[in-house]
Amino acid sequence: MNGVNGLTGAYVPGGSFLHRMPAGAKLLGLALSCTALVLLRPPLALAGAALVVALLYALSGVGAVAAWAQIRPVRWFAVVLFAMQYLLDGWAGALSSVLRVLLAVALAGLVTLTTRTAVMMDVLERLLAPVRFVGVDPFRLSLLLSLTLRSVPVVAGLAARVREAQRARGTEWSVRAFAVPLVVSALRHADTLGEALSARGLDD
Amino acid sequence: MIEMDDVGVRFGEREVLRGVTVSLTERRIGVVGANGSGKSTLARLANGLALPSSGRVTVLGLDTRREAARIRRRVGFLFSDPDAQIVMPTVAEDVAFSLRRRGLTRQETDRRVREVLTRYGLAGHADHPAHHLSGGQKQLLALCSVMVLDPEVLVMDEPTTLLDLRHSRQVAELLRELPQQVVVVTHDLPLLSGFDRVLVLDEGRIVADDEPEAAVGHYRKLMA
Repeated sequence: MNGVNGLTGAYVPGGSFLHRMPAGAKLLGLALSCTALVLLRPPLALAGAALVVALLYALSGVGAVAAWAQIRPVRWFAVVLFAMQYLLDGWAGALSSVLRVLLAVALAGLVTLTTRTAVMMDVLERLLAPVRFVGVDPFRLSLLLSLTLRSVPVVAGLAARVREAQRARGTEWSVRAFAVPLVVSALRHADTLGEALSARGLDD
Repeated sequence: MIEMDDVGVRFGEREVLRGVTVSLTERRIGVVGANGSGKSTLARLANGLALPSSGRVTVLGLDTRREAARIRRRVGFLFSDPDAQIVMPTVAEDVAFSLRRRGLTRQETDRRVREVLTRYGLAGHADHPAHHLSGGQKQLLALCSVMVLDPEVLVMDEPTTLLDLRHSRQVAELLRELPQQVVVVTHDLPLLSGFDRVLVLDEGRIVADDEPEAAVGHYRKLMA
């Protein structure tokens, strides 16, 4: 279950202090922590921050699979970033940059793993309330968040289906044979989802 | 109560429905027809998701052209692909999502979500990721997300198409127990047993309108 939750960044049920903490406080903490990460320079200080993040994950009880799933999508980006920074700034600079990015991603993941999407939507709606003055509905913006989270497993499922079809037709190496049906089915899904939102009376 | 008066629907050059005049008052109504016969469009007309190009559709006394949003709040719609209508990451959150903007307290929302999940056997999955459910459970979740709003009419577009036999039977049983007026578009002919009325569509027209046995017989002849 955790693996699946990790894939979507969705809430993992639990009773830890992070689960109980108000979502607004977690978002504020995330903003402050990311600012601190930018300001921390020595790799040793960042290693200390990494220990704190690891401790927070352990205390949250979300599990190692969910934790790894937060980092996994950016692992190749981290490798490329390290290589570029190593050439420009040496190993210490490279290590600091990579740690900074990975820790920020891990902390953001921890917030989503310990906060129900509905609660996050409520907080975002409150925070975004001023956009009403420029004619934007905060509900629609917060809805974007939940739809983005929900779309991850859906698009992953569509991609798996397209890959299967490619294998069946012996075209697994064709980028076009992968991209075209994936884009078409994703657009079709978006269309149906819009219709489903209307059907649930959420279009007014 | 759904009334269609000389309704036509065109998508560009294509005429999907023509001259449809029907008054649906029965509790269980089935709609069958070949692919492309216009039955899904007919279902969408009943919820205001599709609007007539000509003629008039009224649902619960409201004109779909003028009051589609109000109609959708009173008429639930279930799609054949439950994945397309699940919006939130977890089961309970998806059901609760339907109740947003209804002015309910958090406690009342939670109570109604718990009640509907228990009724349809999903209470044990409340905190599970929605996409982790089986096809049948996803369809049940989609039904919960509609039923939590306590609609007066329920329109279902091929609700058993993606389900195995066991889950199809489960949906059929649930359907029989629903207190609402239900309009079901389907290819699943056994689902229609016990229905009050079945419409058969062909090339955008109603070609038979009868009790299930006679209407299904007509449909079988049409498909032969």
